[in-house]
Amino acid sequence: MPTSVIEGESILAVDIGNIHTRAALFDVVEGEYRFLATACVPSTADAPWHDAAEAVRQAVESLEKVTGRTFLTPQRLLILPADSEGNGIDGLVITASAGEPLKTALVGLLDEVSLQSARCLAESAPTNVVETIHLHDRRRFEEQMDVLLRAQPDLVIVAGGVDGGAGRSVLRLVEAVGLAAYRMPEEKRPAILYVGNSVLTQEIESSLKPYTRLLKTAPNIRPSLDEEDLEPARRALAEVCAQLRRSTLRGMEELFQWSGGHMLPTSYAETRLVRFLSQTLGAERSILAVDLGASNTSILLGRGGQAFTQVLPMGLGEPLPRLFNQVTVEEILRWSPYDLPAHRVMDLAYQKALYPQSIPATQEEMILELAFVREILRLGVRQLRQRYPDVLSPLPFFEMILVGGAALTHSHFGAALLAVLDAIQPTGLTSILLDPNGLLPMLGAIAERNSLLPVHVLESNAFINLGTVVSVVASGAYGTPILRAQITYENGTEARLEIRHGNLELIPLPAGETARLSLQPARNVDIGLGRGRSGTFTITGGTLGVIIDARGRPLGLPEDVVRRRELAKKWLWTLGG
Amino acid sequence: MWAHCLSILPVTSIIRKRTLPIPGTVLVKLNQRVTATEVIAEATIPRSHLYFNVARSLGLSPLAAAKATRVRAGEQVAQNAVIAESSGLFPRQIRTPKAGRVILASDGEILIEVESTTLPLLAGLPGVVTQVIPSLGAIIQTNGALIQGVFGNGRVDTGLLINLMEREGDVIEASRLDLSFRGAILLAGQCRDAQVLRNAAEIPVRGLILSSLLPNLIPLALQMKYPIIVTDGLWPTPMNPLAFKLLSSHARREITLNAQFYNRRQGIRAEIVIPLPVSPEAKEDEVQVFAPGQMVYVLRAPYTGQIGQLVNLLPEPVNFPGGISASAAEVRLENGEQVLVPLANMQIVG
Repeated sequence: MPTSVIEGESILAVDIGNIHTRAALFDVVEGEYRFLATACVPSTADAPWHDAAEAVRQAVESLEKVTGRTFLTPQRLLILPADSEGNGIDGLVITASAGEPLKTALVGLLDEVSLQSARCLAESAPTNVVETIHLHDRRRFEEQMDVLLRAQPDLVIVAGGVDGGAGRSVLRLVEAVGLAAYRMPEEKRPAILYVGNSVLTQEIESSLKPYTRLLKTAPNIRPSLDEEDLEPARRALAEVCAQLRRSTLRGMEELFQWSGGHMLPTSYAETRLVRFLSQTLGAERSILAVDLGASNTSILLGRGGQAFTQVLPMGLGEPLPRLFNQVTVEEILRWSPYDLPAHRVMDLAYQKALYPQSIPATQEEMILELAFVREILRLGVRQLRQRYPDVLSPLPFFEMILVGGAALTHSHFGAALLAVLDAIQPTGLTSILLDPNGLLPMLGAIAERNSLLPVHVLESNAFINLGTVVSVVASGAYGTPILRAQITYENGTEARLEIRHGNLELIPLPAGETARLSLQPARNVDIGLGRGRSGTFTITGGTLGVIIDARGRPLGLPEDVVRRRELAKKWLWTLGG
Repeated sequence: MWAHCLSILPVTSIIRKRTLPIPGTVLVKLNQRVTATEVIAEATIPRSHLYFNVARSLGLSPLAAAKATRVRAGEQVAQNAVIAESSGLFPRQIRTPKAGRVILASDGEILIEVESTTLPLLAGLPGVVTQVIPSLGAIIQTNGALIQGVFGNGRVDTGLLINLMEREGDVIEASRLDLSFRGAILLAGQCRDAQVLRNAAEIPVRGLILSSLLPNLIPLALQMKYPIIVTDGLWPTPMNPLAFKLLSSHARREITLNAQFYNRRQGIRAEIVIPLPVSPEAKEDEVQVFAPGQMVYVLRAPYTGQIGQLVNLLPEPVNFPGGISASAAEVRLENGEQVLVPLANMQIVG
């Protein structure tokens, strides 16, 4: 155990969301970093407070009550670093997703090259792309400028040109951006992120600087035609996002000063942690993390030591009615075991838009909210797959799925697990972990200043392990035997099951215990090892146990509505919902 | 835990800050009395431009192009006016196809604004200007009754309130609307029929107050030129008894509908203002902490839209039927039933 390298640093991590602000305390216990306590309060960035720092203070005051320690002065200022009496904390990191997604315009040379990469970059952060301009745009120069004026973007990402390539076309597009910015009132001028031909960086800086409140440059995202390098630009974009939040949300600048500059957008911090986990797991294994918020949903895939992020400007809050632009009411209702009128679906979507902080207090509303969750996650996974088809297959295998967002983590465990399985449809063996305390972004932000802390906390029980899911790829008639399973517990007792197609089976295995699970699939059935191939695995238990999802991949729901509702009810009942 | 507040107040002092999104011109003075539909400030937003690259168009060097430019920034130009002209025996000209204002004329480039729009800022309520905010707007104050709603279609108007409702759950039928309601604001109940909105436009009325609206009718409501305010939610939701009693008691009185768009982040809601010549007994509270005795409004099922009194805050989180565990309170509804409601699903009425 590497205790000698620990210098006893206590860290307070804060995540400021649109609805909730969370504070978590980490400190050294018996030579290892531990997650000690958390507090969650309603966010105050919006009305009636209009001060993001107020919720942070309230959350820290809650932590003081829980831990019996003192972190704030009588003037409600953070004691940082900790004093000799043990009051205060040694470090503060902040992640933030509060605020509306940034209205973003993309400017690039070729739609399918630099603009595609710029889109990829933008969608890795909480942005909403409102306008795109490129070389083959048929609009005249002044029309391009006018559409930018009308779009009133918060941010313009300019890409284009390979390093050392011709620059005139890029400069021409930049000129339209500059003129549009010039025509905007100073306080409405967009931030500009330049990620194009590096040779032009200096020229672009000098020409755009007078017309923007924030200009940032990063290395070219397309240094050559067949090369894409998004990482440095992602970092720059994260800094731009954080800086824009600081200038538009009261209290954020004060918090930035408190943290000594350790403030990151939530999705960027999550990306860091997923990359770290992927590097830990090894090149061949994949993990998926999802974080469903009120305004944004992040889908993060870790594979081969890299992280692939898709942030949708969609969540269970204000944007929810817009979900119907992409999803029908019937698609929502197909997940319900109840016969509900279509207007209930619309009604709930608008209620959530009006009151995103409100929670389902009836079984019916819980079912509907989780139906929305399924469709949002499905959209996110689909977009991530479209963006990165080489790394995310239609029948994906994930070693682990990390689930964040109050709609899932505060639901009944079985209902949340079912929603995740329905939406993501993993194959093979997957551990499903819930992050009820919103630690994922916090640990990602902490990793920047303390690489040991996330390792220790991830090895502890800070996340809720729901269990191991065996997802079977099979097709055929409902009720056909497709798999034999034998579980051998630590005490030597055994249980055998015959799994039939279309069923969900739950095998008890408490959290912290391990067992040997032998699986013998039928000839055309795949448990992640190839068709018909058997295997024996050492598995760990969880809150729910071991779940065998034999409903098939892709998951097909019966056409008959009565039958479909019966199955939805049965699956939910199996998982204790 | 602090709570959001919903204003349904019989008499209060209403103070509203009205500002433009961008700097413009303020048209009112301190202590000036304004009507709800009065423009108190306006800003100009550029919409459309013409761009000319003199050097490229006339085949000149940048220096020669600058010399050829015949207009200056700020100058108004007529349609077809010469804006650049080369020298020599056979001079070539650039003419603007549209009239406009020269924004930029330097380095051989000319930018002309040919279209702009004026963004008016309405007072939104009748009252007195108590503070002028330079270049942005003003603070306006009035005394009277205030009822906040959940939906507004972005319009403002003032008119005589006519009550078409007898009970909170009444549904308005299109056949009830006739020409006798011309120029009035109608207290109309639940609406599920597009024809209601169309008939109201044809009469025309000065406004509609609905308790709930069918979601499919929202796009049509947004097209209507008269203000529509929904007090409680989407169809089918009856009007909350407090708003119903207050509004129906003010029938035949002149009222104002400021059906501004709901904006949770900025705390902006559609508002019904009934100016009254009395001194206020109550004042709006933006932030309150939940406490026993408060009047609360329930936001979600199974008690959506109901008003009750907070009886007791529970010390521990409560498990609700959906599986969620949350901080909650006991609330006595108007029918006497005592129920458990998550704090997240309530607003304090006051």
